Amino acid sequence: MSSLEIIATVLGGLTIGSALMVVLSPHPVRSVLYLILTFFLISGNYILMNAQFIAVVNIIVYAGAIMVLFLFVLMLLNLSKDNEPKSSIKMKIAATFAGGALLTVLIAALKDSVILPKTEMLENQQGMVENLGQLLFTKYVLPFEMSSILFIAAMVGAVLLAKREKQIIE
Amino acid sequence: MDTGLLIEKTILVVVIFAITLFIATYQTYMERKVAAWLQDRVGPDRAGPFGILQPIADAGKMFFKEDFIPANADKWLFIMGPGIAMFTASMTGAVIPWGPPLEMFGRTVVLQVADINIGILFIMGFASIGVYGIMIGGWASNNKFSLFAAIRASSQMISYELAMGVSIITLVLMSGSLSLGEIVHQQHGMNWNIFYQPVAFVVFFICSIAECNRAPFDLAECESELIGGYHTEYGSMKLGFFLFAEYVNLFISSAVIAALFFGGYNFPGMDHFSGNTLAILGTAAFFAKIIFFIFVIMWIRWTLPRFRYDQLMHLGWKKLIPIAMINLLITAVVIGFNSGWFTKKSAKVKQTEKSVAMMPKAKVDAQANYKINFNN
Repeated sequence: MSSLEIIATVLGGLTIGSALMVVLSPHPVRSVLYLILTFFLISGNYILMNAQFIAVVNIIVYAGAIMVLFLFVLMLLNLSKDNEPKSSIKMKIAATFAGGALLTVLIAALKDSVILPKTEMLENQQGMVENLGQLLFTKYVLPFEMSSILFIAAMVGAVLLAKREKQIIE
Repeated sequence: MDTGLLIEKTILVVVIFAITLFIATYQTYMERKVAAWLQDRVGPDRAGPFGILQPIADAGKMFFKEDFIPANADKWLFIMGPGIAMFTASMTGAVIPWGPPLEMFGRTVVLQVADINIGILFIMGFASIGVYGIMIGGWASNNKFSLFAAIRASSQMISYELAMGVSIITLVLMSGSLSLGEIVHQQHGMNWNIFYQPVAFVVFFICSIAECNRAPFDLAECESELIGGYHTEYGSMKLGFFLFAEYVNLFISSAVIAALFFGGYNFPGMDHFSGNTLAILGTAAFFAKIIFFIFVIMWIRWTLPRFRYDQLMHLGWKKLIPIAMINLLITAVVIGFNSGWFTKKSAKVKQTEKSVAMMPKAKVDAQANYKINFNN
């Protein structure tokens, strides 16, 4: 095995291991910390594929902003085994279906992907910011704009919710 | 892989790390002297001449104190907190170009550990995860005040990161590159970004003080409300690491400010020098700029009173973000206008010419030089 293959295997194993720990860890705050570690390891995988831009954006957006808010909320909740909220059986069934649907979509998307030989991974220029920008604003411009509309909708919704709460307090 | 390159980079990493630690140590001394000067006092003067050995005495004291972990603390996370703070603080130095290339033993040594093509985003990334040290440390202490500080720190970081990011985007639009090496190289001579983007500089400067958790934004360790903030329960060298990480952050942010807006290693009249003389003078100029910004930030700390928390949020969300956004919009329109996007002729102009037309003339030349130098 070449050194690149060894690195890829170890990194992949660590990623899966830490992703499993997110689910298996009994303490919610530790779960979130494992999730942050998972994001870092995924970024490591991106770098191995020479996709530096995606790797760093993954860290800025997920590890740097979203997970900080996750941790923020969990730290305030003060969860422990005694007062852990019990989810009803209906919730569990719904969650299983939602997760299964996501898995199906992911597998469907992965089915058509091409697996590059490991030696070619480092020469791959697709993850470079210039090439990514070209692709996003030409070939994938519609999905790109659609997702920005979704984000704006979510932001407006968040502002509305925050506003209403304030009026009740006053 | 080229063994010479490996050795060269290893030495560079060790040297930069050593310099970072040395400067961070002496910043504690500088801070006390600056504070003393601003308050018309003498400051530390017992250890060695002018108290120059004071930081070493402090570090020795930190090491010999009792290493205490509170009974109800989460032991591993309690230890991890200062470690993360220190790690994230010292990582950013890897992408900063410290000087023009040095000629040594028949090879050209680039004084930058890694010129990755997303250098600026790398800095943003490590700035945004820097808060985990404070959050994890504050939460693991199992103390209400520490938790408050952790929450304050995290919401402050997230708020100021936005304005910081937008002001950086303005700069990226101007230079047409995300690589720090190239951005610095384009500011050849006196062609510094501060003259093109003063508004972005002000926003970036305020945000980087806030990201460093320095006064007047040090709400996370606000002693009049929160005892010691996130490090209330810490003692010994773990506390030392938290305090030290703050100074490393201060050094690195000064370096980033100097590199992005004040030309990094470029100085007026640099064309009269070449080779190693230029490299040494350039590095000296860069460090002079860094020390100047460290001084300015200390000056601000000992002059302005601390913000109230709602004022902090108000400044971040309602002032800095709109200012940065408007600045971004104006810059984009001007660049678009310069490259002829609003005239009918533009349809015929090719893509490459467009991107070149965006920049001022001097910048274009500098960029061309940079590409030639680094492709050879």
